[in-house]
Amino acid sequence: MDALIKPAIEHPVQELDTRTDTRDYLAHARNDAEKKGFADWLIVDIDAHHVESVSWAEITSYIEDPVVRHQAEMYQSERVGAPPYGLNGDLGLRYQDVGGRIPHQSSQREVVEEKDVHRDVVLTRRAMHGLAVDYMVIFPTPMLFLGMHPQTDMEVFLSRAYNRWLTERVLPGDPGMVTLVVLPFNTPDEALKMVEEFADVPNVIGFCVTSTRYKPVHSNEYMKLYRAIEESGKPIAFHAGYHWQDPSLATCNTFLGMHSLGFAWCNIVHMTNWILNGIPERFPKLKSMWVESGLSWIPFLMQRLDDQYLMRQSEAPLLRRMPSEYMSDNCFYSCQPMEQSNMKALECTFEMINAKDQLLFSSDWPHFDFDTPSVIYDLPFLDEQSKRNILGLNAAKLFNLNTNGPK
Amino acid sequence: MQSYRIGTVSEFEEGTKKVFNLGETEVGVFRLGEKFYAWNNICPHQGGPVCQGRLYPRVHENLDENKHSHGRLYDENNINIVCPWHGLEFDVRTGKHPGNEEIALDPLPVQIEGGEIYVIVGE
Ligand code: FES
Repeated sequence: MDALIKPAIEHPVQELDTRTDTRDYLAHARNDAEKKGFADWLIVDIDAHHVESVSWAEITSYIEDPVVRHQAEMYQSERVGAPPYGLNGDLGLRYQDVGGRIPHQSSQREVVEEKDVHRDVVLTRRAMHGLAVDYMVIFPTPMLFLGMHPQTDMEVFLSRAYNRWLTERVLPGDPGMVTLVVLPFNTPDEALKMVEEFADVPNVIGFCVTSTRYKPVHSNEYMKLYRAIEESGKPIAFHAGYHWQDPSLATCNTFLGMHSLGFAWCNIVHMTNWILNGIPERFPKLKSMWVESGLSWIPFLMQRLDDQYLMRQSEAPLLRRMPSEYMSDNCFYSCQPMEQSNMKALECTFEMINAKDQLLFSSDWPHFDFDTPSVIYDLPFLDEQSKRNILGLNAAKLFNLNTNGPK
Repeated sequence: MQSYRIGTVSEFEEGTKKVFNLGETEVGVFRLGEKFYAWNNICPHQGGPVCQGRLYPRVHENLDENKHSHGRLYDENNINIVCPWHGLEFDVRTGKHPGNEEIALDPLPVQIEGGEIYVIVGE
């Protein structure tokens, strides 16, 4: 027997924690990508995140208002143990890591020695390498709550500061890093100015509304904004989020329950108003994207709206087709977190949303429910062309990206 | 089929684990009491490095005879390995997910001879 026995080699990374290098964290995804030959595929990740609050002092130095900027500087330099200046949100209710079970969601304290680019560029490159992604759309994280900010001015100050910081200090570091500019949607005139300022800035490929907010998307005050976005040729994205203070979720006692519903609920409401008020009829070339609500809410809403619409057509007179047809032909969806517990239901969902043309891969890295490109590649019911479309070619068409990658 | 020498029993403290490269195969070896378990380091969920996660006791709901809940408790007799990618938990003894037994880790045979631990790959 001795001749057959080989010595075991201890794995160099015994346990993944908050200090683990992203490349080690995603080593299995990288191996998988190499086995599957993803180097020959265009992969566009239309929703990944960085933690902008780590760079908050840099970002707030971009606040335009001199008094608010000075307040931010004083706050950042003198307050100890306080959350980032001016940010609203969930403070300590961040249970995404399930009590330390999912360390990469807690923080990324890995060593970054590279000094030639911003730290967020290095972390993003490592994630792109691990996931075999050619283009990665970077979204903020705590700022996803800005739509609930009690001071509408602060949403304007912070989103403008963030957009300028990101496009000046971070994105130039890597041609594969792109973004959807954050709009201060509660102040439509300022959102319009943001579109005008950033529409032609390099690496800006669209515009983002954070979906946790109570302003109706069909309000007349948004029509100029939608016109401008339509004319820019770039899409508008509704990026979902959760909001535990929402009265409709007040009875949910678990993060599991609140998060399952919250991330879908905000986009269910906005999509309902978007379709029933005929926004796709008013702006037929305006492309909308619905991000990070998963997919299972879409067939549910299609069926609900179609059913009710036939009985109450006079309440939605702008529509010339069934609500579900607008949802499948005019809207784009990001796949993550893709519900996979019932393959038949998922296949039906793909058919209903016309996934081969309308679905976009997204990882949501580094969040706890991230997906790798293999969630699409491994689907048994898709042909190769559909997989290639969803993993990258649909996004390349929508965002006018180079199908050979950024370089 | 290939046998790998993992180490000696005394090198493993009770309630610990180590991850090894056995040729092309990554394997987590766990000690609970006097027993050893070896699981492939590929998570059945999305292929994550499950054995490089943290160990947690299984959680139970603390119900009384009236079915009132008094919160949750750790069960130190049932230890789970938690995949660090998305948090799926697996009983170290059975390899099964506590909420759905059809989702389970891939086992490898462990042999102990004269205080030496061996794991067999490719059986
Ligand atoms: S890959 Fe292990 S929990 Fe998802």
